[in-house]
Amino acid sequence: MGFLLFSKNGQLVLAVIAFLAVLAILLLVARFADRMKGRGQTVVMTLVFGGPALLLLAVGLIYPAIRTLWMSVMDARSESFVGFSNYAYLFEGGLTALGNTLLWVVLVPIGSTLIGLVYAVLIDNSRFEKVAKSLLFLPMAISFVGAGIIWKFVYEYRGSAQEQIGLLNAVLTWIGLEPLRFLQDSPWNTLFLIAVMVWIEAGFAMVVLSAAIKAVPNDIIEAARLDGANAWQLFARVTVPSIRPSLVVVLTTICIATLKVFDITQTMTGAEFNTQVLANEMYDWSFTFGDNGIGSAMAVVIFVLVIPLVIYNVRQMNKNKAVRG
Amino acid sequence: MTTQALTAVNPTKRPSGASTLKRAVTNRIGSAVALVIAVLWTIPTFGLFVSSFRPEAEIKGSGWWTILSNPQFTLENYAEVLGGATSTNLAVYFQNSIVIAVPATLAPLILAIMASYAFSVLEWKGRDVVFVAVFTLQIVPLQMALIPLLRIFSGTEVTDTFPFLPLWVAHTIFGLPLAIFLLHNFMSEVPRDLIEAARIDGAGHVTVFLRVMLPLMLPAIASYAIFQFLWVWNDLLVGLTFSGGSRTVQPLTAALAAMTGDRGQDWHLLTAGAFVSILLPLVVFFALQRFFVRGLLAGSVKG
Repeated sequence: MGFLLFSKNGQLVLAVIAFLAVLAILLLVARFADRMKGRGQTVVMTLVFGGPALLLLAVGLIYPAIRTLWMSVMDARSESFVGFSNYAYLFEGGLTALGNTLLWVVLVPIGSTLIGLVYAVLIDNSRFEKVAKSLLFLPMAISFVGAGIIWKFVYEYRGSAQEQIGLLNAVLTWIGLEPLRFLQDSPWNTLFLIAVMVWIEAGFAMVVLSAAIKAVPNDIIEAARLDGANAWQLFARVTVPSIRPSLVVVLTTICIATLKVFDITQTMTGAEFNTQVLANEMYDWSFTFGDNGIGSAMAVVIFVLVIPLVIYNVRQMNKNKAVRG
Repeated sequence: MTTQALTAVNPTKRPSGASTLKRAVTNRIGSAVALVIAVLWTIPTFGLFVSSFRPEAEIKGSGWWTILSNPQFTLENYAEVLGGATSTNLAVYFQNSIVIAVPATLAPLILAIMASYAFSVLEWKGRDVVFVAVFTLQIVPLQMALIPLLRIFSGTEVTDTFPFLPLWVAHTIFGLPLAIFLLHNFMSEVPRDLIEAARIDGAGHVTVFLRVMLPLMLPAIASYAIFQFLWVWNDLLVGLTFSGGSRTVQPLTAALAAMTGDRGQDWHLLTAGAFVSILLPLVVFFALQRFFVRGLLAGSVKG
């Protein structure tokens, strides 16, 4: 008993056992309900199979989201109503974060989709396709924190008198330029953080787009070639329009992921040197400064920015379903 | 691997036209560009890996590319992050990450398999409306639920005895909408006749669920399990906020993030530490890449 309660591995085992026990009870109830007839059975079955998940979502996601909405119009301690002043802050103190976030949301999807697409086309059907894909895809398995450390090392700066240990500054000094403080010097530092996110997301874009490219029927391309289209025209006028639905999905998915990412700024610059973004500012206000009002308002803004993207995404998917039949 | 994933996504399409396109693209420039991208995408990780085996003085004094002229390697850095003094020891956080990730992968997975059964096989009033609602929940950013969910746990005595509980529950809840959506997609592709036939033979829902559905769902289950595991292992936000900054429960990512803040120049520790943290995901990823790609395509292309 002591092992299960007082050691970490014990708690892990205990949690799994407890969880499986609950499942066993649920399935046992369902087993009895199998003998019931008519509506009663359906009700019990639905509750057994769907109930636990729906209950968790209601308590852990729907209720908290509504409460956050409410907290965003209250003061720091959620005690008195302050109207929209928390949101007003966004356009005063939070302007840097808002501006940077917009930059992230525009550049990351475009950058990673472009690189993913070009790469997918170039390696298609080559002998090394499988390996080549793994290389680009690998950063997907790495945490943002891990990627942050990897790139912080690449960007590492030493004064020009010292030997550079960061790859980029070493390259700069080799070709005779002064080393740069990549992460400290605003406004360019934001771009160097964005590059990290592009590095992570390009693999995702590449895999999805590669599958889409392979699905473009051969005869369309043959026909265009017979009409005398060159490589660029084939790419721009045939391939890209054919994979448009996948492009939209990739762009919007990366957009949404980018809006929520706070780990990169947190690890690489601590959101200093004008690199603040919304998701990071939300964390700072809620957990470092303890102001739930502004923190919640930031969360709501992220949510509001996500909504149109999702609606667009769903609309596109429905449209494609209608076209495909 | 990819062709399999491809047929799963688009079984009706005709043979690929990409090969023709490829031939048309000027080959040599194309290959060069692809090579440059591949190198750019690999070099940073490679540099980190090489550095993690260099002695502290070497890492801090010269670039990792100098190993060719000055090959010096040591396991000292790993010894320090895995078994050194408390302040630099990451072994305990590695264990925390495992204790967090295993239940936080199993729970949403199993709950979602059950829920997708309720959404695809069982027929009840309002089913489609509720499913759309669950689907919609995917758009709610984690940030929206963070503080109130945290409040539910704070101050309760359960968390004194079971400090990992908030992390497990939070990850389970945040994982559920995507899990239900993905698994429901797979489950609704199982032919109805198969289920009907089993029902006519007298099988109850429990039997259909355990004996018919589960075996058929295994590839989908594997896909989602990898996703969720990687997600939880790599997560920082939930790990930071739901652990209350406590060393007993914080995951590896949180410890590493703290280390980059406090010991930003200790590259011998950071490189080794980062590699310890990405090792397990990389193994999982390479061993199960096929399932991972399939899940990715199903989630984003199929809709």
